[in-house]
Amino acid sequence: MKDQHSNPIEDKGITKNLSRRTFVKIGVLAGTGLTLGVSYRVTKGPEAPLTDAVFSPSAFLRIDVDGSITVMVAKSEMGQGVATALPQLVAEELHVPLSQVSFEFAPAHPAYGTAMGGMQLTGGSTSIRDSWLPLSEAGAKARWMLREAAAQRWGVAPDQVQMNEGKALHPDGSKLTYAQLASAAALLDIPKDVPLKGPSEFRVIGTPAPRLDVPTKTTGEAIFGMDAGPSDTRVAVVARSPVFGGVLRAFDPTGALEVDGVDEVVELKSGIAVVADGYVAAKEGRDLLTVEWADGEWSTLDDTEISDLLKEAADQDGATVREEGDIDSVLTSDREQTRAAYTLPYLAHATMEPMNCTAWVRNGRCTVWAPTQFQNAPGLVGGGARQVAAKAAGVSADNTVVHTTFLGGGFGRRAEQDFVREAAELAGKVDGPVKVIWTREDDMQHDFYRPASYHDLSAILGVDGMPEAWCHRIASQSILQRMVPSWVPDFATNWAGTSDPTSTEGAQDQPYHIPNVRVTYSKVDLPVPVGFWRSVGHTQNAFVVESFIDELADLAGQDPYEYRRELLSEHPRHRAVLDTVAEASEWASPVPGGRARGIAVAESFGSFVAEVAEISIQDGQLHVHKVWCAIDCGMVVNPAIVRAQMESGIVYGLTAALYGRINIQGGRVVQSNFHDYQMLRMRDAPDIEVILLPSQEAPGGVGEPGTPPIAPAVTNAVFALTGQRIRELPIQIV
Amino acid sequence: MVKFTLNGEPQELNVPSANPLLWVLRESLELTGTKFGCGIGQCGACMVLVNGQPTRSCQMPISAAEGSEVITIEGLSEKGAHSVQEAWVEEQVPQCGYCQSGQIVSAVALLAANPNPTDEDIDGAMSSNICRCGTYPAIRRAIHRAAGIQRQLASTDDGARGEE
Repeated sequence: MKDQHSNPIEDKGITKNLSRRTFVKIGVLAGTGLTLGVSYRVTKGPEAPLTDAVFSPSAFLRIDVDGSITVMVAKSEMGQGVATALPQLVAEELHVPLSQVSFEFAPAHPAYGTAMGGMQLTGGSTSIRDSWLPLSEAGAKARWMLREAAAQRWGVAPDQVQMNEGKALHPDGSKLTYAQLASAAALLDIPKDVPLKGPSEFRVIGTPAPRLDVPTKTTGEAIFGMDAGPSDTRVAVVARSPVFGGVLRAFDPTGALEVDGVDEVVELKSGIAVVADGYVAAKEGRDLLTVEWADGEWSTLDDTEISDLLKEAADQDGATVREEGDIDSVLTSDREQTRAAYTLPYLAHATMEPMNCTAWVRNGRCTVWAPTQFQNAPGLVGGGARQVAAKAAGVSADNTVVHTTFLGGGFGRRAEQDFVREAAELAGKVDGPVKVIWTREDDMQHDFYRPASYHDLSAILGVDGMPEAWCHRIASQSILQRMVPSWVPDFATNWAGTSDPTSTEGAQDQPYHIPNVRVTYSKVDLPVPVGFWRSVGHTQNAFVVESFIDELADLAGQDPYEYRRELLSEHPRHRAVLDTVAEASEWASPVPGGRARGIAVAESFGSFVAEVAEISIQDGQLHVHKVWCAIDCGMVVNPAIVRAQMESGIVYGLTAALYGRINIQGGRVVQSNFHDYQMLRMRDAPDIEVILLPSQEAPGGVGEPGTPPIAPAVTNAVFALTGQRIRELPIQIV
Repeated sequence: MVKFTLNGEPQELNVPSANPLLWVLRESLELTGTKFGCGIGQCGACMVLVNGQPTRSCQMPISAAEGSEVITIEGLSEKGAHSVQEAWVEEQVPQCGYCQSGQIVSAVALLAANPNPTDEDIDGAMSSNICRCGTYPAIRRAIHRAAGIQRQLASTDDGARGEE
């Protein structure tokens, strides 16, 4: 926290409603070359002013007169590699090696609304999918204009000019660098359409280019939310109602104010903030507040009541989200049915960096530094950090600037902007910049949890052992219902009314060929805040579907891999990853003594992943020794990042399968820190072998798809080893 | 007043003696590479070297640092040139990166004590650090690689040059 306050960009007054065209022309009018008005650098302090003239044919790209090429990354870097993969897309079309490109995080601005509905949001493993075209076009248009500039300079036709490695080449062998051409290129009209490269021409896309963010992440220089903000930023820690839905009745700040370093105590909508000169004093002050909460109607809620409600809901008729064949007549026949119930707990995200946000409100302006996954949203959608902060601080969104820092993990938690709202509200009530830091306990007990769910499965096998009927009844809270603004009537959004695809994804679209299928969803209303947790509905439904299909294979007396394979004859991409992982793990060969293997496959976020886990159990302790993972994610931008994301998703899902459970007692979360909400550690991490299938299909996501298959791969292995069918997570070996 | 050496520079600070070293580093000394993860000595994000020993700075009151030599991620090398940092780059270990300062410090301590660690040694030493991105396989590879770099340095320099 050491940089000076300088030139907040909003003071330039040009951030509002800029078209791409305007981006270029502003600088020309100002007579200083070309300056991109909304640009900034993530530093420890506010925005550094841009000093050099730039050529900026789109909001995503800037070329300075010194030739430096900067890609504005409008997605949040939370480990998944966007700060490398997105610049790769630009470098490809710009005909420069990635090593010549640097990146900055884009400010919150409508120009960067590439996600669904014009949102500037990182989620749903969509970054590559929704950035591919705009970033490729940014690079291609810039290259086109640079080539045009070179052609004009040389007085030759543009098609006489070759573009290569950041230079324009004249047929006679002379060269002009992009730096030499940028100013002239900036004066040209931006072309409407330029041809993009085909896959056979790719030189940067598809290579395991080193990550651009790795160097600063090995020296401690990378700036996370915790590290951001002006040097005189004060720190606040907030007391929040421990019981869901509880409200503040009264509080006494005396104890807090007696702590050395505590400046003030401020009431907020979400609780009471203790503001101090540093974290230690703020936390001590917070802990010394005397607070009386009105706990409200949920103060006795506990796990038993929740599981009863879920089970009850699953027993009732829910919304039918998939119906094929004539399930009723098959299920009501006297043929033997297989039935099983599966249950999954609430899960916390537990990002390594606890929630935090820095905000500064002065002169009707609000500046926010946030490790956020959701920067900006169109007015009607709302909910982006910029809109949330503006409202909480009582200023207009146009006067609100959001700086995205590196995120110390996201996993969906940082798609919620509660931590931004709180900091902005506080900043509006105190002088100077203030950073709200959540303790680990605050973070774990005030999360938006992966919903707990209950699943009732039934099936009937035909004489050949293949399933003839499959019925899956799901009960859980609805994430989307919580998120939909309350003024939206139920009928306008069917998912807010009775169904919710984020609860049924992976179940309603399960791929197995079965003639009679029904999938239903029963929405349960509970006060536990629920949210997007890495791979969302797939986290529960891949476990359930891939476990139950394994049960059916066993019932049919067939090999679980062959059984799946047979049922996937119309799904070649599922089959291909399944075959690949079976071959890599030598599925057909005997397993070393005392060990067993399990297999699972799932499609999620446009990618297909199959995994095999090899396990043993010693003294009741489950050990996962090795995981094989095959992925088809379509065209690959950076195979090294895809591999890393598979390892990451597997460890994340394995942590949940082995340990993950948030308990509710007395209307509050029981777990508080890593001693009672365990994480997988080095000694428990399996060897992981990842195989990427070559593919020319459209790109799919990679941040989430590694997670869904791991839990069932492991539990199916447990069944293979011991005969114990795990129908509840986390795994308990009996 | 507490006196200690930080990354080779003498420090004299007037801060409450009970304040954890972590927050003194981050807030008073503005060295933000050392991270706050849990505050209870469980995650290792705050790991620093105190007299060469890997130490959870969230659990160490500043008074206990009196007279000691503290090295943080910022003090390991100029510009990431430490063999462990080089290995981290070569193996492309970091994802979100938040835990990596602590991971690197733990790995430096491990290799100082055990220049040629086995996988079991790595399990033992590195299980003190949590990574939510699951970089464990990459960390394992990087530690073996760093050991190789250090061996090579030792043989080329004939032991004349140690690690920073």
